[in-house]
Amino acid sequence: MDYTVAALKTFLIFFVVINIVPLLIWLERKGAAYIQDRRGPNRAAIFGVRLGGLIHSLNDVVKLLFKEDIIPSHVNKPLFILAPMIAMFVATITMAVIPFGDPVVIGSHAPFLLQVADLNVGLLYVFAVSSLGVYGVMLAGWAANNKYALLGGLRSAAQMVSYEVSMGLSVVGIFLMAGSLRLSDIVNQQGANLFHWNIFLQPVAFFIFLAALFAETNRLPFDLPEGESELVAGFHVEYSSMKFALFFMAEYAHIIVGSCIIATLFFGGWNIPFVSSEWIKMNADLVLKILWMGLGLFSVVGGSLLCRRFKKQRYGDLRDFEPLVFGVPGVLTGFGLLGLFAIFGNKVFLPEWGPSVLLAAIQIGVFLAKVLFFCFFFIWVRWTLPRFRYDQLMKLGWKIMLPLALANILVTAWVALVN
Amino acid sequence: MITLHHYLVLAVILFCIGVFGVIVRRNMLVIFMSIELMLSSVNLVFLSFSRFLGSTDGQIWVFMVLTVAAAEAAVGLGIIVALFRNKPTLYVDEVKELKG
Amino acid sequence: MESIIFYAFGGLAVVTALLMVTRQNPIFSAVWLVVCFFAFAVLFLMLNAQFIAVLQILLYAGAIMVLFIFVIMLLNVREEELKPKVLQFSGILGGGAAIYLIILFALGVLKEKVASFPILPADFGYVAPVGKLLFTKYLIPFELTSVLLLVAIVGSVVMGKRKL
Repeated sequence: MDYTVAALKTFLIFFVVINIVPLLIWLERKGAAYIQDRRGPNRAAIFGVRLGGLIHSLNDVVKLLFKEDIIPSHVNKPLFILAPMIAMFVATITMAVIPFGDPVVIGSHAPFLLQVADLNVGLLYVFAVSSLGVYGVMLAGWAANNKYALLGGLRSAAQMVSYEVSMGLSVVGIFLMAGSLRLSDIVNQQGANLFHWNIFLQPVAFFIFLAALFAETNRLPFDLPEGESELVAGFHVEYSSMKFALFFMAEYAHIIVGSCIIATLFFGGWNIPFVSSEWIKMNADLVLKILWMGLGLFSVVGGSLLCRRFKKQRYGDLRDFEPLVFGVPGVLTGFGLLGLFAIFGNKVFLPEWGPSVLLAAIQIGVFLAKVLFFCFFFIWVRWTLPRFRYDQLMKLGWKIMLPLALANILVTAWVALVN
Repeated sequence: MITLHHYLVLAVILFCIGVFGVIVRRNMLVIFMSIELMLSSVNLVFLSFSRFLGSTDGQIWVFMVLTVAAAEAAVGLGIIVALFRNKPTLYVDEVKELKG
Repeated sequence: MESIIFYAFGGLAVVTALLMVTRQNPIFSAVWLVVCFFAFAVLFLMLNAQFIAVLQILLYAGAIMVLFIFVIMLLNVREEELKPKVLQFSGILGGGAAIYLIILFALGVLKEKVASFPILPADFGYVAPVGKLLFTKYLIPFELTSVLLLVAIVGSVVMGKRKL
């Protein structure tokens, strides 16, 4: 029974991560476009519905799935096939320890955890797994038997090992604050008070962690392993089709996982600023009504804004009607919700298990919102900062971040001792 | 029912595979890896006795062994790289300049 | 359940260890050894040593083996060419020695009467008890390991420098 539930949760989380990936790719393209003052992808369409370029991601999926899978003759075949699998596997299994909300307690049943495994060594597990991420890149670089790939693999190994040190040391301060490595304890320790979140208590640790995380995900200020302008494409030059897609997905899965960890460690996880979980549970009826009203109003306003964009004969084909496809149902749903609220609003009362489930839903929503913000932050940074040179990278890692992290531990330990 | 003996015999087998590797292989890196394997199987013995005696002390010594293994890997690989720079080979029986 | 996991991962550890010592290409040896360390970590978990199991992966698989593969890539090692005669002799010697040792130790172990594991407190092997012991009873050895690590750092820097 326990195993079945765990397997279902694992599948669900994996499914969610896999589905956020195309969304992130779309966000990356659009974000890049707007940062560079252009419009970005907006051509691919299904019956004139373009979803602002989201269909491009769908096209990419189909394209990558059906392309010919080329394995060059000079590669080391077993490792060449293994490497993308390792990359994807490692990127997703970290999600096992991320808590999405408080354990749900319904009646006298045992609490239902909103995470796959509540490990006693949660944070160490995260580091153990993220330290394995380098294998995918290194083995890909070595197996491809190509000088660019080998250079990419070597660079990534050196970079990841160097930055992992500062990353591990930066969170020691958080262990000291929470007195536990369990991620749910760390979230509970931060609580609903905004100024008790670790971003305010441990700002230095946050910046070190963030920089190290960029290095671990091989994103732009630290994307030397790929470095398309110097190494062609780095470790994945020889890859094509779905194997390339696995590396691509692994990069975005890494971003999602990294954002989850940042949100959990530094931004209070599922906590809502200044609104405690008990308050929501006590006033579940009120919260439900506010959410209901808010959703209705949002649909009406958003739908009517979309409808206003409708102009006849702008393109002269089906694309004209695109705003209406989403605008009209939006307005109708909004009015429907508001109407239902007007009729039944005062008669609804939640069953006994209602408040717990509502609380869990709100917490998951808040957590996902934080995660999506950090995913956007990754993209924002990528299209804003230039790439480091290799010696600058090493200097930053060993000569600046490592001493800062050590100093942070000393200061935190001293403060903790005094209190 | 898994008892202490199962773990001890398993650790012995793994340790002896490590010994086998050290004796048979000529490649320095593989010999080094075999030594790591032997260290790990010793850790297994420590932990199974810690479980058997119900005391955490064994785990502390595993911690120490892990530290030693990390230090050993850093220095050992440094030596291998330095050796390779002077004489581009990794085979132990080709490194015999000091043989009297 | 326990015996299934023990035999599965114990068997995996033995098989991967054998593969590790018999591969000609050192990079395959390294990859098999990583798998072997994972099997070790599962066995450690079975022995209620969560903290050590995670450290095993973090240190061995995440750091030491990465260094090994890094060095293999850096030196660009060719496959080991077989020298049949030498291999044969040392193979017989090594195999004989290994089997002899296995029999010797196993007999020694099995002479004692079967010892099953006691029931342990729930938090056995968690971070807190291990850490408490590490910072009280074993404080001096723990501090000495830091000296060891310092020596290792200095040593590897000296080794790595082309000229001092």
